This record gives sequence, structure tokens and C-alpha cells, in this order.
Amino acid sequence: MTGAMLVQFIKSAMRLSATFLYGSTGETIIEKGGHLNLGIPGVMSVGAACGCIAEYYLVKSMGLSAPALLVLIPLLVTIFAGALMGLLYSFLTVTLRANQNVVGLAMTTFGVGLAGYLITKMQAQNFVIITRASRFFLNMFQVQSENWFVQIFLSHGVLVYLAIIVAIVAQIILSKTRVGLNLRAVGENPATADAVGINVTKYKYVSTCTGCAISAIGGFFCIIDYMGGNWEYILEGFGWLSIALVIFSMWRPVLSIPGSFIFGGLYILANYIEGTTFAQMEIINMLPYIVTVLVLIITSIFGKKSVQPPAALGTSYFREER
Amino acid sequence: MCITWLGGNFPPNRFIFFSGGNSVEKTVAIELRGITKTFGDVVANKNVDLDVYKGEILSILGENGSGKTTLMNMISGIYFPDEGHIYINGEEVVIKSPKDAFAHKIGMIHQHFKLVDTFSAADNIILGEKCPKFDLKEEKEKLAEAHRAENEAYEHYDESEHPGPLAYMTKPKFHSEKETKRKLALMPLVGIGKKIKFNWLAKKRADVVQDIANRFGFKIDLKKKIYDLSVSEKQTVEIIKVLYRGADILILDEPTAVLTPQEIDKLFDVLRNMKAAGKSIIIITHKLNEVMAISDRVAVLRKGEHIATVNTSETNEQQLTEMMVGKKVSLNIDRTEPHDVKNRLVVSGLTALDIDGVKVLDNVSFEARSGEILGIAGIAGSGQRQLLEAIAGLYKIKDGAITYFDPAKDDAPVDLRSKTPVQIRDLGVRLSFVPEDRLGMGLVGNMDLIDNMMLRSYRKGFMFLDRKSPKKLAETIVEELEVVTPSTHTAVRRLSGGNVQKVLVGREIAASPSVLMAAYPVRGLDINSSYTIYNLLNDQKEKKVAVIFVGEDLDVLIQLCDRIMIICGGKVTGIVDGRTADKNKIGLMMMGQLHMDEGAALTDSSTEVMPDGE
Repeated sequence: MTGAMLVQFIKSAMRLSATFLYGSTGETIIEKGGHLNLGIPGVMSVGAACGCIAEYYLVKSMGLSAPALLVLIPLLVTIFAGALMGLLYSFLTVTLRANQNVVGLAMTTFGVGLAGYLITKMQAQNFVIITRASRFFLNMFQVQSENWFVQIFLSHGVLVYLAIIVAIVAQIILSKTRVGLNLRAVGENPATADAVGINVTKYKYVSTCTGCAISAIGGFFCIIDYMGGNWEYILEGFGWLSIALVIFSMWRPVLSIPGSFIFGGLYILANYIEGTTFAQMEIINMLPYIVTVLVLIITSIFGKKSVQPPAALGTSYFREER
Repeated sequence: MCITWLGGNFPPNRFIFFSGGNSVEKTVAIELRGITKTFGDVVANKNVDLDVYKGEILSILGENGSGKTTLMNMISGIYFPDEGHIYINGEEVVIKSPKDAFAHKIGMIHQHFKLVDTFSAADNIILGEKCPKFDLKEEKEKLAEAHRAENEAYEHYDESEHPGPLAYMTKPKFHSEKETKRKLALMPLVGIGKKIKFNWLAKKRADVVQDIANRFGFKIDLKKKIYDLSVSEKQTVEIIKVLYRGADILILDEPTAVLTPQEIDKLFDVLRNMKAAGKSIIIITHKLNEVMAISDRVAVLRKGEHIATVNTSETNEQQLTEMMVGKKVSLNIDRTEPHDVKNRLVVSGLTALDIDGVKVLDNVSFEARSGEILGIAGIAGSGQRQLLEAIAGLYKIKDGAITYFDPAKDDAPVDLRSKTPVQIRDLGVRLSFVPEDRLGMGLVGNMDLIDNMMLRSYRKGFMFLDRKSPKKLAETIVEELEVVTPSTHTAVRRLSGGNVQKVLVGREIAASPSVLMAAYPVRGLDINSSYTIYNLLNDQKEKKVAVIFVGEDLDVLIQLCDRIMIICGGKVTGIVDGRTADKNKIGLMMMGQLHMDEGAALTDSSTEVMPDGE
């Protein structure tokens, strides 16, 4: 691998990593509240589809005249769509106390299907518009230079930096504030949280909706930035990888910053190794999952109590249960 | 004694007691009137009236399922009553959630500690704390008022009255109108700032809580994680938690169930101190001796109804039991002299490790004899569970021998070491095990009585299951042990704790064992059920079964067992004769402060030669 290729590799890995980072930060927030949301792939797909549609209508109706709005409004639509999916999930799992795994898997199937439907509804030629918007999107805040440092660290779209900021802020809120303490208590032991007067239902709803909204940004980013505005059905796989990344980073958003970079790197590695056959490429593409399995094995063997998943993960809570 | 209402408008929470000429005035802290709560068809509480005074300790006594905990859960906001009224300090209140309970200064310490294992003790204590209220309007008025006052002082300030170089320090400041306006405009920001500051988890948060704990005289390091704390320390954390929240009414749900006698004494001292500080304490228990020792008054519940509230000084254990059970019960456990005693199970030098390689059993040696009950005493988690599981073939042992002497084969020795439960049974060893985890290891909660009986017999026969004999067995157990169940087809999970235990013990005894191991068989059971279980164990002893009984109530162990083995941290610290055992010394041995050579001194000469292992 030449130097230029290495720079290109690192740059691409960083860019892709933002997708995983959004997804895993969102999922971490949800899991800290005690909910294992397997619907993340669906949430990401729906978020991306809604964002793209918003982008399309904006460009069509306004041209490319108001740059800030072009970024902001689709982003808000994505967040809203993600939160809506989160609301559906929390209504089913918190209020109706349905099995979280079943609801999560159903959300994935539903979300991926819905996104496909929405995207197909927009006809193919419209993607030219989104691609144009995407190019614009990329060029905002971007520094043009051949210098390797600039190439690696400063040549990304705004959402890449936002991903890192979101992860850091999430970490600070989770570990340094009372809100985070209360949320962790809800995920560890909802009965305890309830007994000290924390509104368990509220915390679960808010954390799930927030987490889903953040994950949805990941989907939107992936299509509009990483894919350059071309819709492809890759978000489901990215969603699963994001969930794996939560385990990989041991429920710490800050650790998932380097973790997402590793995942991103492993995911595109095959393209940068010359002379690999198709079969070999598939094996390399498996690496993120294999690494996750290894991390699971290692953390289970040397399991300290502090790096275990939230104790009440995956269980429903009902106060008057006897 | 008579109760007099003073005047028509007098608040109902003030009774005057005239008792033998001395009038003692007591203020009611909390009053329950006509509280009813049902779960489906089950009436948990029916029309309960109860008063709790300030500065007293009230015991709530009742059998299992008599609705003690349900009643208290309604005061602490876990459940919401279907009917009835609650008055606190004379005012009617609605307690919909634990939050409301805190607002009324009610704190409950649950039987199963409500603590987050992975948090530090201090974090558990501050958990859920609410930000102090910041009323913008009020704060604005306060600021304006303060500025006005200072300005006035400035105008009347006479410099000649304050000579000296430091005069500027006492000189009031003048606040211009502009400054006041600016500060008022910034007020919302101050509010937000305070909120953020409150929300931030500062490093010194543990110190603040630690100070309070020290002030109340608790010796505990609150920076430790909960999973590193012992049971009594966890309880202390719970108590500090409710005190930290400024609770005036403390409810303790069976606080002594998991403590050693010494720890119970300590707890009672704490409770008496709190009582002296004017707090009301409600303690739920079914241990009569504790009721007599700690409480001022006793409220007795039976089947969800309030039977009576009596002054502790005017009653006795027998009377309380009768009120509780509703009929006369004998509180004595018969202990027959064992005869024709033979070694049935000999354990020597048993050592086992847990997952982290820590010794959970360290060179344990003892023998269980036929026709005898061997008690095992120890603080919860001292290795009792691992010991029984090792014998039953469920726990891997590292070292040592377990030998069973088969009565069917003329006491021929059989080696049980490192055998699976199936292998042990195939060897013809009749071993019955009542594990402490009834619905986890003992029975399958979602299966009915018959299927649970079948767990022991499903291997019999060819191809098709025999359902008839398990059905018969289930029916026999229901009938003979008076199991309360709608039918034998009811899921075991739906039965109350005592009935679940009867089913389990019944099944194990039905296998006509020669060794019966029972871990905490009366945990959570009421007096009546407990005595049923004790009698069952005694019956087995009569039938020449070697009974191993792991218990937590020392009084019972001393009354029931022929010999008591005490373990502490996986080591045997002594084996004493049940007839001559001293409770306090056993307590010390449980904490490892007294060892068997000393312990041996307190048994009489006829008992127990210590195994050489130690």
C-alpha cells in the first residue's frame, strides 16, 4: 500500500466510521436504559429514507439557495423520523411490555421494508438531485488540501465531526451527570430506580427516542455523505454492525470512537488489498463480526463487574408485578 | 385506658392518653383508615385501620400472605390502595408513587435491597435526588428586596461611625437601577446554572454523603461498590439512604432476616437512636423475640385484616402467636434423642474454588449421621450453597472426599466425589436436596404440580411418560401437607412461598431418602408453615434419615438440631451440640472471631471429636 493509498484508506475509514458511531452511540443510550433495541437497522433505514425525501423536496422547491437549511431541515426530519420509530418501539416494549427482541427484529424488518417503499416511491431520476445536494453537503466546511493531515482530519463533511461530538457528549451525560446516573440506574435495576422516585417510564421513553434519533442520523449520513447520495440497501448490515460495536466498546460511547474507526477500517479493508478474490473479500468483510465475538469472549472471561451489560437489559419492568 | 376527643374542632391526629393518672401525649404521624387492596381475586388487605405515633417503634406482625408488605408498599407508593384513606400529620394525602412518599418523608427499606450493584454506595444514596426548587418569581422578588435594603442602608450610612482603615469592608454597596435590572434579567440564567451545577456529578459527592453517615454514627466506606459490601453493610446503606432523604417515617421490611445476632443488636441500637430522635419506625417481621425486644406496640395482621394493636409491654409471645394464627399453636419444637446413630455421609477435607479461583470451601470435614439433624449455621454466602451442591454432585470440587455409607448394602462405602447427580442416583444413593433457590433449582415455576413431581420420575418407564403416579403423589402432598392451591394443575409459580416450599419438600421426602439436605427450607415462611417443615424434618430424623439443615434463624437451629456446624468464609469454625449451644458464641463463630478449639469448650464432653482437617 502506498502512502497516498494509506491516507485514502484512513480517510475513508474515518468517514465510514461516523455511521457506526451514530448507530452505536444511539444504541448505547437505549441499552443503558435497559432496552436491547434490535431495531436499529430499521431505524437507520427509515431515518435515511425520510432525510433523503426531505432533501429532495427542499432542493426541488428551493434550488440550492439556502445552504444552512439544506443541511438542517433534512437532519431535523431524520431526527424526527428516528424519534418516531423510537416512540413506536418504546410504546410496544415499555407501555405494552412486549418482548424486546421480537419487537426489535420486527422493527428492523418493518423499517428496512418501509425505507425501501419510500425510496422506490421517489423515482430513480430524482436521485440526481440528491446526489447534487450531497455534493454540496460534502463541500461545506471542507478544507481542500493535499496535505495528509488535512486529508485525514479536516476533509470530512460536518456530520463526521458531529458524530464524535455526540459520542463525547453522550459519554459525559452518562457518566458525569445525575441524568446519566438515573438512566443507568433504570437500566441496572428499574425497581430500585422506581423506589427512589425516578420516573422509570419517562426515562425509558426519552432514552429510547433520543437513541433512535441519533442512530437515524447515522443512516442519513451514510446515504447523503458516505454514499454520495446514492441509495443502496446497505444500512441493515451497518445497523447490525452498530449494535455489535456497542458490545465491542463495552457500553462506552467514547470507546466506540476508536472502535467505529476499527470497524470502518475492517469494512473497507478488502478494497485496499490488491489481488484478493471475491471469496477472500467476503472473509475480510466478516472481520468486524469476528472481532466483536472475540471481544465478547474476552470480556466474559475476564469479566469485571464494571464492563458488563446493564443488568436489567432486555427485561420489562412493571411495578406491581408479584 | 380511655381515649378522649378534645373538643369538636380538634384535629383528629391528637389523642390524649390517660393511663393510670399519668397523661402521655402522643402525636400521630400516620393514620390509615379502611385501606383495601386486591390483586385479581386475592384480597391482600381488607379494611385496615392503623395509627403510627411519632417517636415509637411499631411492629407489624403477621404470617406470610397476611398482607404486611402489601400494606407497607401502599404507604411507600409501590402499590396504590383500591379503597381507604391515608392521613399524614392529620392531613389526607394521596400517595401514588414512591416520589409522593418521599415528599411526605416516608422511607422504606425493602426486604430485597433496592440498590444498584454496580454503583458506589454514595451514588446509590444520592440516586433520584431532586434538584432544589428554583422559583424564578420568588428569587426575583428576593433579589430586588435585598438590593432595596442595601441601598437604604447605603443612604443612612454614616462614615464617621466607622472609623479606621477597614471601614470599606462594612460599607454597604449601592446598587444602581441599571444593575438591579440587569441582575433581574439574568435571573433565569442563574436558575439554569444552578440546575446544571446540581446535575453535575462532582468528585466530592461521596464526601457529602459520607459526612452525613459519620454524623449519624455509621462506620462504613461509602466509596465502595455495592457488590463489594456485606449484607449488613448493604442494609446500612439503605438506612443512610432514607435518612439522607430526611425521612421521618421509616419502614423496615424484615430487616433482620439476613443478619447475625451481633448485627441485629447493632441494627436495633440504630433504630432506638432514631426513635429517640423522634422518628416513627415501622418494622415488619415474623420473629416474635425481636418484636418483644424492639417495639413499643405491635399491630397484628391476619389474612389481610388488622386484628389488633397492643402495647408490647402488655403482651407475650404466646398471645401474639394466637392473634397472628388465629388459633392456639405450640411454639416448641420437639427434639427427640437420636438413637442407633450411624455415619451416613462423611465429608473430609472438601475444598472447592469459585470461578475466580477463590476458595469457597476450604478443607471442610464433617459427618452426617442417620437419625440425626445436622444444622449448618453461617452468614449467607459462607459456602453453604456450594457445600450442599458439591455433595449433590452439582458443584465441582478440587480436593477432598465425600463418602456415603449405603444402608441397603450393609453400610458399604460409596465414593460420591465428582459424580453427576444422575451417576449418584444410579449408584443407588438415596440423596434428596431441597435447594435454597426453590423456583430456580428446585421446581419449574411455569409447570404445574404434577409436572414438577414428574421431574424426579420422568426417566422411569419406556417411551411414554407415566403421569398417573405423579398425579397421585401431587394429590397426596396437597392433602397431607395442606398445600393451598386451586388444583394440582396450577403453575407452581402462582403459589405462595410457603406452599411452594411444601411442594418441594414433599416431593423430596416422597423419594424416601437416606440423606436429606435442606437449604433454608423455612426462608420466607410464616410460623405455621415453618413448624410444618420442622415437623417434616423431625419425621425424617425418626425414619433414620441423615438430615442436613442449613438455617439462618439461630434460635430454630438451636432448638431443632442435634449438632450444629458453623462455617465462615468456607471454613468450618466449629461443630457444637445443639442441646448445649450458646447463641452468642455461635454468632461469633459465624463471623470467624471464635474458632472451634474455643467452640469445643462450650459443648459438653460427650459430644463431637473434631475432625483432624483443621
